[in-house]
Amino acid sequence: MLELFLAKYNYWIVILLMMTGLYIVVARGNLVKKIIGLNVFQTSVFILYISMGKVAGGTAPILTGRDEIFSNPIPHVLILTAIVVGIATTALGLAFVVRIREAYDSIEDDEIDDAEKQDMARDLEGRLP
Amino acid sequence: MELLINVVLLGLLGITAIAILTTRHLFVATMLAGGYSLTSAALLVNLDAVDVAFTEAAVGAGISTVLMLGTLTLTRRREKVKKDFRWSPFLVVLATGALLVYGTVDMPAFGDPNAPALQHIVPEYIAGTRDDIQIPNIVTAVLASYRGYDTLGETAVIFTAGVGVLLLLGRRREEDEEAGTRRPERDA
Repeated sequence: MLELFLAKYNYWIVILLMMTGLYIVVARGNLVKKIIGLNVFQTSVFILYISMGKVAGGTAPILTGRDEIFSNPIPHVLILTAIVVGIATTALGLAFVVRIREAYDSIEDDEIDDAEKQDMARDLEGRLP
Repeated sequence: MELLINVVLLGLLGITAIAILTTRHLFVATMLAGGYSLTSAALLVNLDAVDVAFTEAAVGAGISTVLMLGTLTLTRRREKVKKDFRWSPFLVVLATGALLVYGTVDMPAFGDPNAPALQHIVPEYIAGTRDDIQIPNIVTAVLASYRGYDTLGETAVIFTAGVGVLLLLGRRREEDEEAGTRRPERDA
């Protein structure tokens, strides 16, 4: 029982983290909070990949000349790329938040929605003779 | 011992994630997110991914926290509290999580040396790094040589994001007001 638990523990915690991040993105209205949730989700995916590459009793994939067991280096490379792309998307997302705040004076999605509706109503009125 | 550290650090990550979910103060959430990244970097060292760990510590815990704090100074610190709890997001998340847990049933056990992911191309990369590329770090060899085009694509992505940020934030407010795209009636 404990063996089964330990064999899947990493994956289950990763799923818990992933779902926490997804819940923050979906259920929280604040745009900065949404981006934090996205980061939580992202990091959990990193841990999932690295966990899949781990070999029991292995070491970091650096050649020392001795005969050693290495953990899988390919997920490491993929995740290195993913981290850097992740910070790029975070930066772009936060720039959008700043712009939205400048235009609507709010970073809450329901308030932005209301302001958008008002704008639409005003634009329609303006078009009438 | 390694396994114990793994279990404890993952537990800590779970607690931090729940704390990020429940706090309504964005500054606290940002700091917790920084701590979350740092804890995950420690976990990555334990999982033998040293290169990933220091990138995560520098980028995830460092740069992204700084960017978040910059955004908070330009926006606001508190999140609006909505009283009504809606079931639909919770149920969607629960269903997705259940499906993913179901998916783990067929996955190889954690640390399994016979996992399919280890069989295909990994031995060739390890032998190739030793014999052809002749640098000690296999991750570097794969990143810059075997998968060099991926890394080139990654720099293209960063460049695009940088241009995007500049386009969004480079324009000044006064220019916007002249152009009429800024809505002055909502200036607080």
